[in-house]
Amino acid sequence: MRRFLILFLVLFSISMWLGNTSYAKQDKIKVAFLYVGPHNDGGWSQAHDEGRIYLQNHLPYVITSYSESVPEGAPCEKVIRDYIHKGYKVIFGTSFGFMDCMYNVAKDYPDVIFEHCSGYKTRKNMGTYFGRMYQVDYLAGLVAGMMTKSNYIGFVAPFPIPEVVREIDSFTIGLREVNPKATVHVIWTNSWFNPVKERSAAETFIANGADIIVSGCDSPASIEAAKKAGIHAIAYDRDIHDKFPKTVLTSRAWHWGVYYVKVLKEVRNGTWKSERYWGGLETGIVKLGKFGDTVPEKVKKYVLNREQEIKEGKFKVFEGPIYDQHGKLRVKKGEELSDKDKLSLQWFVKGVVGSIPH
Amino acid sequence: MAHHSIYIVLFANTVKAGTILLFPTIGEIFAERAGILNLGVEGMMLIGAFVGFVVAYTTKNPYMGFLAGVLAGGFASLIHAFISITLRGNQIVSGLALTIFGGGFTTFYGQKWINMTLTHTLTPVKIPMLSSIPYIGMIFFNQDLIVYLSYIVVFVMWFILYKTRLGLNLRAVGENAKAANAMGISVYKVRYGWTFFGGLLAGAGGAYLTTAYAPFWLDGITAGRGWIAIALVIFAMWDPVKALVGAYLFGGINALQFQLQATGTTIPSAILNMLPYIGTFIVIIISSIIVKTRHIKPPKELGIPYIREEK
Repeated sequence: MRRFLILFLVLFSISMWLGNTSYAKQDKIKVAFLYVGPHNDGGWSQAHDEGRIYLQNHLPYVITSYSESVPEGAPCEKVIRDYIHKGYKVIFGTSFGFMDCMYNVAKDYPDVIFEHCSGYKTRKNMGTYFGRMYQVDYLAGLVAGMMTKSNYIGFVAPFPIPEVVREIDSFTIGLREVNPKATVHVIWTNSWFNPVKERSAAETFIANGADIIVSGCDSPASIEAAKKAGIHAIAYDRDIHDKFPKTVLTSRAWHWGVYYVKVLKEVRNGTWKSERYWGGLETGIVKLGKFGDTVPEKVKKYVLNREQEIKEGKFKVFEGPIYDQHGKLRVKKGEELSDKDKLSLQWFVKGVVGSIPH
Repeated sequence: MAHHSIYIVLFANTVKAGTILLFPTIGEIFAERAGILNLGVEGMMLIGAFVGFVVAYTTKNPYMGFLAGVLAGGFASLIHAFISITLRGNQIVSGLALTIFGGGFTTFYGQKWINMTLTHTLTPVKIPMLSSIPYIGMIFFNQDLIVYLSYIVVFVMWFILYKTRLGLNLRAVGENAKAANAMGISVYKVRYGWTFFGGLLAGAGGAYLTTAYAPFWLDGITAGRGWIAIALVIFAMWDPVKALVGAYLFGGINALQFQLQATGTTIPSAILNMLPYIGTFIVIIISSIIVKTRHIKPPKELGIPYIREEK
């Protein structure tokens, strides 16, 4: 008994000492992440978590922590306030639905930095960030256009909001550039993460003759359905080529880590300022994943060439002439859709079969 | 792909989606026939779905998973049986508690299983002869073994209910427990037995969902199907064969919401997503009217605890 007591005391004092030393390192910046789904959802939240780990590995002066499956709306306020009371100085909210609660809390804590993903409300201490995924969607559309045989592409889409409409439109622009006969069919699941619906949607497309399924949602369920049916798919959120080398033609992947490192460097140097960040391919925040094993060299070359042109600013995805679904000219030749219009996009381009509920 | 084959695939998917509802509906019919209202179907389905998934994943055998899910549903129902039969508690409260428990239990233990996918799922087995019937064969007889099991369950349960002493005793307990007891039937045994059976079938519905229809795990994966099953019991007027019709009807509505979108309908997708639930309302309204006009009544002793009188 006495031995145990001694052992306990020794361990206790060691842990106290360890606790004290880490406490002494005041110069470390504590950073908290809020995820809307599980950190291992295989999609959106996992991409952010990979970004968090990237940040942790790149900057030794950063300590990170995360909360997963945080409810959007009011309950997330409590989560954020808890972090702030524990001394966290930078809060990343990684879902659109965290916008209002972050905006509210940010008012009470002017010395804490808030970074909100995909929203539009900012304060002096609250910035927003997002990536120009539509550039990658366009490139994926090129791949699909050159790979489809049935000319029927099924797009499993979450919500009818501008972000997703932009993805479908830019994908279709790429698709029809190389294959004017192909059409994109859309099913809305009305959820970011619902594997059952995503799978049912993909199976419906397959029954209707689709030979490529595009996932716009956050689970790999529609990719699994494509694999089972022996057809191709285009993945979203993360590069999952290695898991589905024959099924996935390419992935539209996020690389949030580059942005997280940029922000924390600025915070450390005292140069951080609230801004609306919308980085394109050239920043690395969005990227085209590895090509599938069945994609021919000719296709790869065409797509990579275009990628280079986009990076250098020589090619613009939303440059006219662009016609909408009903044949109306929306962007004139030689003009480009403005960022403001891109961010509020609510119409489908020619070649999309489906409707946007208003 | 020829155009008519789209409909074959859609109807075949309808049967699959319907099977998820068919098992729990039949289970609940028999529990209610014995006088036990179990509103815990959703919870039992979730437990069956979760246990079924975990066992199928670890053993790499979907049939083992299915069996485990069935048993898990059965054991969950014993909680309700104990409270409502032995303790004579309020069945509505107990059933709701079971649903809440099922949700909490599977969310808590399901954390680390989220986003895992089964590598071995149920595969279709063609039935010789029958599967070569045009249309019907491809829709009904090119399915997996569990779907065939559901056909057998419908027929056997119909037979037991109307043609055997077991079914007679069951109906007697549900209609007049006192008289049944006087006839020498053990009301407690009958009620325990059929509540357990209801749990087994709720577990079967959940396990079919995660081992065949959607082979992955996700919080609340049953998405209200347990409640739809309870509504279908009324639609079926406590009859196993009508339950089959109801379950496929709902399976069809489910497949339809996606097909309509794929063909570019202008009906808002949010409304299409609501179809199964709107359907539930319509079904309840129609069947309530039929029940009234045709004088079909729910089991008389439904929801009433039985207290055996001292002799």
